Amino acid sequence: MRAIDLPPACGWLIGGEWRAHPGRLVVAVLAIAVGVALGFAVHLVNTAALSSFARAVGSVSGTADVQARSISPRGVDEALYPRLARIPGVATVSPVVELSGRLPPREAGMGGQRITVLGIDSLRAMAATPSLLGMPVGNSGRDLALTDGIYLSRAAMVAAGASPGKTVRIVAAGVARDLRVAGVLAGAGEEAMLGVLDIGEAQWRFGQLGRLQRFDIKLDEGADRDTVLARLEATLPAEAEIVRAEDEASRSASLSRAYRVNLGMLAMVALLTGGFLVFSAQSLSVARRGPQFALLRVLGMRPASLRALVLLEGAALGLVGATLGVAAGFGMAAGVLAILGGDLGGGYFRGGSVPLNFDPLAAAGFAALGLAVAVASSWWPAATAARAQPAVALKAGVEAGDPRDRWPAWPGAALLAGGGLAALAPPVFGLPLLGYAAMALLLAGGVVIMPWAARALFGPLRHLRWPLPVELALARLWGAPAAAAVALSGIVASTSLMVAMAVMVTSFRGSVDEWLGQLLPADVYIHVEGTEAGGLPRELQARLAAIPGVRSVAFVRQLPIKLSPDAPAVVLSGQPVRADPAAALPLIGATLPVPTGAVPVWVSEPMAWLNDIEAGDRITLPLVGPVFVAGIWRDYARQFGAVAMDEADFERLTGDTGKTEAAFTLDPGQDAAPVMRAVRAALPEGVREQTIIAEPRVMRVQALAIFDQSFMVTYALEVIAILIGLVGVATAFSAQTLARVREFGVMRHLGVQRAQIGWQLASEGAALGLLGALAGLSLGLVMAQVLIQVINPQSFHWTMETRLPWGLLTGLVTALVVAAAGTAVLAGRRALSGEAVLAVRDDW
Amino acid sequence: MATSSPPAARTPVLAVHGLAKSVGGARQLFAGLELSVAPGETVAIMGESGAGKSTLLNLLAGLDVADAGEVRVAGLALTGLDEAKRTALRRDRIGFVFQAFHVLPHLTLGQNVALPLLLKGAAPKEGLARAATLLAAVGLEGRAGDYPAVLSGGEMQRVAIARALVHAPMLLLADEPTGNLDPQIADKVLALLLGQARAQGAALVMVTHSARAAAQTDRVLQLAADGLHPVVLHHASD
Repeated sequence: MRAIDLPPACGWLIGGEWRAHPGRLVVAVLAIAVGVALGFAVHLVNTAALSSFARAVGSVSGTADVQARSISPRGVDEALYPRLARIPGVATVSPVVELSGRLPPREAGMGGQRITVLGIDSLRAMAATPSLLGMPVGNSGRDLALTDGIYLSRAAMVAAGASPGKTVRIVAAGVARDLRVAGVLAGAGEEAMLGVLDIGEAQWRFGQLGRLQRFDIKLDEGADRDTVLARLEATLPAEAEIVRAEDEASRSASLSRAYRVNLGMLAMVALLTGGFLVFSAQSLSVARRGPQFALLRVLGMRPASLRALVLLEGAALGLVGATLGVAAGFGMAAGVLAILGGDLGGGYFRGGSVPLNFDPLAAAGFAALGLAVAVASSWWPAATAARAQPAVALKAGVEAGDPRDRWPAWPGAALLAGGGLAALAPPVFGLPLLGYAAMALLLAGGVVIMPWAARALFGPLRHLRWPLPVELALARLWGAPAAAAVALSGIVASTSLMVAMAVMVTSFRGSVDEWLGQLLPADVYIHVEGTEAGGLPRELQARLAAIPGVRSVAFVRQLPIKLSPDAPAVVLSGQPVRADPAAALPLIGATLPVPTGAVPVWVSEPMAWLNDIEAGDRITLPLVGPVFVAGIWRDYARQFGAVAMDEADFERLTGDTGKTEAAFTLDPGQDAAPVMRAVRAALPEGVREQTIIAEPRVMRVQALAIFDQSFMVTYALEVIAILIGLVGVATAFSAQTLARVREFGVMRHLGVQRAQIGWQLASEGAALGLLGALAGLSLGLVMAQVLIQVINPQSFHWTMETRLPWGLLTGLVTALVVAAAGTAVLAGRRALSGEAVLAVRDDW
Repeated sequence: MATSSPPAARTPVLAVHGLAKSVGGARQLFAGLELSVAPGETVAIMGESGAGKSTLLNLLAGLDVADAGEVRVAGLALTGLDEAKRTALRRDRIGFVFQAFHVLPHLTLGQNVALPLLLKGAAPKEGLARAATLLAAVGLEGRAGDYPAVLSGGEMQRVAIARALVHAPMLLLADEPTGNLDPQIADKVLALLLGQARAQGAALVMVTHSARAAAQTDRVLQLAADGLHPVVLHHASD
């Protein structure tokens, strides 16, 4: 006997089913395709962005074995150079001036593109970082060390509209300089925005005399790397650190890791929702074909073959969906990169275009995932098909079984409880993986408990007096809760996901808006880039404070500090705080009394979370030493943390009196525009080009626009979830209604009018839609709390207050109820369009 | 011609001894049921509604399990076979005709008829060729590519008969095969069923309410609580 007699007939059976119900096939295929496409697109974009970012870092860093870097952009004393060069095991040290600058704008009124300006000693760089050496073109370049020229990367050359021999204006460290283009930097990556000139020239022209930002170090061949690194670290002052190549890679990856993981997880949740829709479609299909499967069993098909048939159907639609998904994912990735850039709107990477490469291994992985979800979603329907008793199914038709059968609540309750417990778990590898597991468990629990919920809700309603159509509808819903649950599973899954995401985004946006209001109480703000020169000096501060119409100015100095080499920098902010911390910072809770002699600081929520800091702790910070944590404040701007201290303490401990930001409070009734013009006029050339002047109103609008852009992918996922959900509802009701043609025929024979059956269907649809929407709403609100209280804090280390988008939620529930009722009626019209006699005689 | 006497003794295709079945653990449908059907013999089983005629047919096909007794098909005791072997036995040795025709709506007539052959491992081409022959034999020549939706009830039952015979079973089980058809069509369909069964040498056990239909078989039995009893029909009409 052959092991399996399925294959030839299964081609006919699956083909026949798909030909007969193409709409259902399309929905199931799309449900899988969307999940796979989103997952694959997010992966491709992340990979492209990270490799592009890594290339950019590599272009700027050259190919040194190791780097010593200044923590502050102001650099370190160049006297460090000979001390490093003398360390045993160090072959070459190449000193580097590294400045962030801007090219001239291509159009008037626009900002110029950012460029990294490096000053190198060409002889030293030849040994340590040869990729940073320029290639002279024609007669324009002679010897790098002797010219006033700058070598530009290809991307920078294009951005500046420059060519060898021409002059380009570069603004950096608060000064603007015209430099002759000496040639091209052949070793820089395609996308790198980089300019390299002689180190002396860079120090002299950009006010960096005696200062260096980094040292590129080549080790002796055969030297023990760890020993040499230990010697280097022992030699470095507090304001410098050793950076290994792997630290840089780790930093660039960790910068956006949580954001990337979140998007990936959201895509997976979309795939999971697709799985529920496949489950719904397959269950309905199996229920409808119960007698057909019974016939096949009678004709000699084994239960295992029947199970294989349904699984094969699932696999086939999974394969089609996954293939479409991979193709769509690639297209989506290309579109997203073109529109939002490599960070998917997250604001993590800056720079030029990001090339996209098809990754066959990842494509196969995501396709396999889609296939697995489709097969797994078909497992229960397949088991149901195989379990059916052929003699009973042939006789009883679609829904055999006693309507009084009990439906237990415990499997669903256990899953929900498991979800609750998983939500309480701490992060894994710094990521909220168990938070997502909690969401998946809650989703599964919500779906599994639906038959019990349908019974619990519709049971009592049956005993009330209703018009005949409603009574028939309630009897049907109560008597066939499994069928109701199948239709509900898709609704509950997609509704809960939509609600959870909508509530989280609304809460986040509302909290950010409120935070901006607290953070920007002044009338005009300025922010200075290119602070290698030390920011705004005291005399300039005085001039700005004396501008007519300005009542007071709060100056701020921000410096990046590193708490560990492989962690992204946190911001140390010196600003007026001590007089009234609650007014200066959006504090969470009260500020503590400062012990005598202690230096108070207020740390941001992400910094407190990441470093396990609480108010009242005493910590030691680079540059400033031991401090007392007087409070925690909310900050959505710096994901890796910030610490604020009073400007007097800051200046005393760092000796840094330059300022990078200023908040102007104007005289009552004073118009901001003339003050902004006066501020701009007061700034010296060079500083002016690198200073942003804005009103809080504009900054708020811009910030919220950036917020919306960073959530664009989330919004897109939400819209897709809504569409899939509504289509799933339509398909489920259509399938169930069409499967009951014979039931309607009998009712017509008994004297029930078409209109009454229509009302019955509308009532059933509305009742199921309402139950599904309410269950999805409740589950979604719980899942939103997991997003708000667990996943966001564990990913981004900030909290927010829950805000409910009432309009959206009401609209969603209404749309679902109307869609369910409307689809049921439309499908009913089709089912009732034939003759009642034929309907009763209908074979299936 | 209706008769209650068995034909010449040959190895029976179907042998039933002491079969008993109750429903819901309480109501006894029948007990001590004996039956022997020879190759090529046609038998009609009549009985009141609820007597257990369809249940008996399910027991004979191995689709249900008896409380006591034994069913042997082609010498094989169904009680000794597991689910897979009973399924294989149905697939290889038994054909079915139902009251509701149960023709798969999404397959062509040819595919519907060829299905049992494919389940036995035949290639689709081979199955479709044999199905076309059977369809021609039941008066549906050249209709193999049609779908069931265009057929009348009588035509649908013809397809079901062709499907029941396509794999040359030694036993045909028919449950009210003419119950959904008007009398004129029913006569034609029944004649076709009996003619084809006899032509193939297959034994037929048919459950029916129709005395007219029963009268066409070799033997008519009445199902009662204590088993099957021979019946002599005096009027070959309903």
